Amino acid sequence: MTKLMNLVRNFWGTMRRPSVHLSLGFLSIGGFVAGVIFWGGFNTALEFTNTESFCISCHEMENNVYQELRTTVHFTNQSGVRATCPDCHVPHDWTDKIARKMQASKEVWGKIFGTINTREKFLEKRLELAKHEWSRLKSNDSLECRNCHSAESMDFSIQSPRAAEAHSTFLVTGEKTCIDCHKGIAHTLPNMAGVKGWN
Amino acid sequence: MKRTKLFKLMPAAILAVGMFMMIVPAGSAQDVGPSISTLRGLAPLDQTGSAPRIPQTEETDRQRARNYPEQPPTIPHKIDGYQLDKNGNQCLSCHARTRVAESGAPMISVTHFMDRDWQALATVSPRRYFCNQCHVVQLRTPEAVENTFVDVDSLLAVESKPGAN
Ligand code: HEC
Ligand code: HEC
Ligand code: HEC
Ligand code: HEC
Ligand code: HEC
Repeated sequence: MTKLMNLVRNFWGTMRRPSVHLSLGFLSIGGFVAGVIFWGGFNTALEFTNTESFCISCHEMENNVYQELRTTVHFTNQSGVRATCPDCHVPHDWTDKIARKMQASKEVWGKIFGTINTREKFLEKRLELAKHEWSRLKSNDSLECRNCHSAESMDFSIQSPRAAEAHSTFLVTGEKTCIDCHKGIAHTLPNMAGVKGWN
Repeated sequence: MKRTKLFKLMPAAILAVGMFMMIVPAGSAQDVGPSISTLRGLAPLDQTGSAPRIPQTEETDRQRARNYPEQPPTIPHKIDGYQLDKNGNQCLSCHARTRVAESGAPMISVTHFMDRDWQALATVSPRRYFCNQCHVVQLRTPEAVENTFVDVDSLLAVESKPGAN
């Protein structure tokens, strides 16, 4: 124990003493390089957590939401363009990204503390999780959807009449946003009793 | 005496008639030849036939004529991905009384609120909850068999012709 304390004390001593052997240049350049590496590492880690394979490495996500996504238009479609989990769930803007990560880590905590570690617990929590997503998309005017889709680029003349009608009366006027009408676009919905627009 | 003998023969007679009935349709089906094939088509047993393309759902967005007044109208739009289970009914998110103003869809008729004693309920009757039990989409596909349905107006037209019957 005392040996260990000595070691720590010695190390701390070295750290506090001004450097005699290393030049200032080396220290500042070294610091810069280390900074780049750490920063890069952080961003890389962030990038890694931004891939679908990361999202579904957690079996709650793989067994529940991923399986549902596989049957939808955002997994396979005529144009072969895919939407992955982060496309819809992670904002592209950096600060928004961090904010979202903090919120997502709550879901990770949910796993660690076992609040959604079984199908039943997940289903019980599902409405609450879905409501988070709806209010997020509502408040950012469905930003993630609009990263791929834009109302301006929609050709109403080749949309189905129902789609063209709804989009021209409520979407382009700004009265409603994508998530108001397209809930459950990627996953099975929780019990919708009491949710606006559903009976 | 004679009668009891007849009764004793009854089971055998019924059996014989039954067997005959089983044989005859099988025989006549053979007569039809290759024009009607089984679901697996004409592929030999040791090979897998090619699956036909999945036909497109018609999305005309226009009501189709009904063949008789009680017919559940066919759905004139796609319903791919619409959730319809105990958690939610996406059809009602457009067709419910309170939703039609926004969606422009026709409201479910009053029969959808009635129980089997024709009592109108406040909400959709449980027996009408699963819409696609009665309402179906139409696919763009050639008729598998000819449709010989004659609608009642055509029948009436024939009947009212002088000299009919
Ligand atoms: C990564 C890009 C991407 C993102 C993000 C995205 N979508 Fe899509 N979406 C697509 C593609 C690609 C298609 C299929 C187009 C086609 O039919 O070929 C599609 C199709 C759709 C359809 C048509 C469904 C159908 O049955 O034809 C709807 C509705 C839709 N998206 C809504 C949304 C909503 C709502 C969001 C936001 C929650 C969203 N999308 C986010 C790429 C995206
Ligand atoms: C007022 C409600 C409403 C809003 C808001 C809305 N949609 Fe739609 N959308 C519809 C309806 C209704 C349809 C047609 C029926 C269906 O696909 O379920 C549709 C169909 C679509 C389709 C398929 C088009 C086709 O012809 O197959 C896409 C893609 C789509 N919406 C994307 C979006 C996106 C992206 C947004 C936000 C920018 C959005 N919608 C906002 C109601 C809406
Ligand atoms: C096309 C956009 C889209 C894609 C792709 C997508 N989601 Fe979602 N997700 C949503 C929306 C919208 C909601 C809000 C609930 C709803 O409407 O179904 C949601 C809700 C959720 C929820 C909350 C629980 C629930 O089901 O409501 C989880 C967890 C989730 N998504 C995880 C994932 C994972 C993991 C993936 C990748 C396998 C993924 N999502 C891909 C749009 C998407
Ligand atoms: C996005 C809104 C919307 C949804 C969801 C929807 N419908 Fe419709 N439906 C319409 C509209 C609008 C019409 C009128 C014709 C048209 O524009 O397609 C219609 C027409 C119909 C008709 C024809 C009525 C008639 O008198 O001929 C039937 C039947 C029908 N829908 C059944 C269904 C069923 C069953 C579902 C669920 C699987 C469903 N709809 C989901 C909007 C919707
Ligand atoms: C048991 C069979 C049955 C079920 C289940 C059913 N319907 Fe119907 N539906 C009918 C019949 C029959 C008619 C036509 C006669 C009538 O109006 O009762 C009809 C008519 C309609 C019409 C046309 C109404 C009008 O006034 O033109 C719509 C729209 C409709 N149904 C939608 C739905 C929806 C949405 C559901 C699911 C919530 C549903 N139906 C469930 C049998 C059914």
